[in-house]
Amino acid sequence: MTPATDLTDSQVMQQSSPRGLDEKLQAYVGEPAASEAYGPDPVNEPMIRHWCEAMGDTNPVYTDPVAAEATRFGGLIAPPAMLQAWTMAGLSGPRGTRTGAYDELLGLLDDEGFSAVVATNCEQEYLRPLRPGERIRFDAVIESVSSRKRTALGAGHFVTTCMNVRVGAELVGTHRFRILKYRPEQRKEKRPQREKEQQAGRPRPVINRDNEGFWAGVAEHKLLVQRCRDCDTLRFPWLPGCNACGSMEWEAVEAAGTGVVYSFVVMHHPPFPAFDPPYAVALIELTEGVRIVSNVVGVPHDEVRIGMPVAVEFRGYGDELTLPVFGPSEPEKAR
Amino acid sequence: MSAAVGVVVGQELPELRIPITRTLIVAGAIASRDYQDVHHDTELARAKGSPDIFMNILTTNGLVGRFITDWAGPDAQILKLSIRLGAPNHPGDEMVLTGRVTGVRGTAADIEFTGRNRLGNHVTGTARVDLGQGVRQTVGERAGEGA
Repeated sequence: MTPATDLTDSQVMQQSSPRGLDEKLQAYVGEPAASEAYGPDPVNEPMIRHWCEAMGDTNPVYTDPVAAEATRFGGLIAPPAMLQAWTMAGLSGPRGTRTGAYDELLGLLDDEGFSAVVATNCEQEYLRPLRPGERIRFDAVIESVSSRKRTALGAGHFVTTCMNVRVGAELVGTHRFRILKYRPEQRKEKRPQREKEQQAGRPRPVINRDNEGFWAGVAEHKLLVQRCRDCDTLRFPWLPGCNACGSMEWEAVEAAGTGVVYSFVVMHHPPFPAFDPPYAVALIELTEGVRIVSNVVGVPHDEVRIGMPVAVEFRGYGDELTLPVFGPSEPEKAR
Repeated sequence: MSAAVGVVVGQELPELRIPITRTLIVAGAIASRDYQDVHHDTELARAKGSPDIFMNILTTNGLVGRFITDWAGPDAQILKLSIRLGAPNHPGDEMVLTGRVTGVRGTAADIEFTGRNRLGNHVTGTARVDLGQGVRQTVGERAGEGA
């Protein structure tokens, strides 16, 4: 009842389906999905306690009668998110709670090959809390059936039901639920690749004869830049020759490690396995004048500013990788 | 932590980190009376194209409810909860719930939240919660609505 992969809007696309099937599916819209059904158990303290244990929910209003009495509720209530749980048929399956129409609709989709199901949306309104001892009854209607969509999981149809939950005649909650009935697609190539990427972690630098001195410096927690022996021009990133005079003679000098944010972007999307978006990628202008691309860390991504003073720090990523990144310099931190 | 100290638009809820264990997935499924095999049987989940078992939507809903009342306190009454699922919660992952207040009206606050795991966003959604009589003054003052 939960999707097995991401379903963003861009991944949900219209697909043509046989007109005959669409017509058959649309005929179910407005039909009841459950009628005059009752929760198998009244709202009760043991099920509430089991729920709270599973969720790690320590709100005393659900399980501690004395503490609950001191709240606005004046006694124990059920966690609101349990609304659907009270309607679940459980291991023995539906016992006359679903109507023929809903089973028929799901059966029709099964027959067309859309045999797998995942829940995609749940919208609930709680008109008042439920309390132990109350017995709920519910009605549900098939609100919509989508045309065939192509999703990350495979082609399928979204089915939306809307349920009213009552105690006696009083409406206590509404529950709109959307599932995707789909034809599973085995994505054999994609999945191992993704796992591999995760294991691989952060991309490794390509170290070659031109830049090995820089990475040797990083290993010793030194930020090294090159200086032309002929014209004294500093340069970064590391290159064999001088951009200013063309000389191939150079020496490595250690930068102070201080600078300012010259420019930056914030990465939101797409997420790469080894990174945790949103994060700031910045062009840092070192005090010596050269610029270096790195991450700004230790400050929320939305507080990074152009001109912000930063200082280098060397962070380990996994066992083998150390990278120079930049954090707010001390005066900035103190503010 | 209680929200009765005052709530303003833009305020962030304390982050909640949930280790996604096999035990949590199974316990949540059973506590919510959801016996679909993909939430407890690894072999059958794999046969259906999923790399492992995954959390059911009712558990996600329950964890979001906890996230809100952990912040809002026992006097809070959740009025609405609307969630949309994306990347599944598999064992061994961690879900980080973050949220912020997007609106305040009287004693009620609207909240927008995201639960992210290492595959992406597991859940995004909105909630409305009545924070109770105790914060009416504070909310009004902070929001500039008068007391």
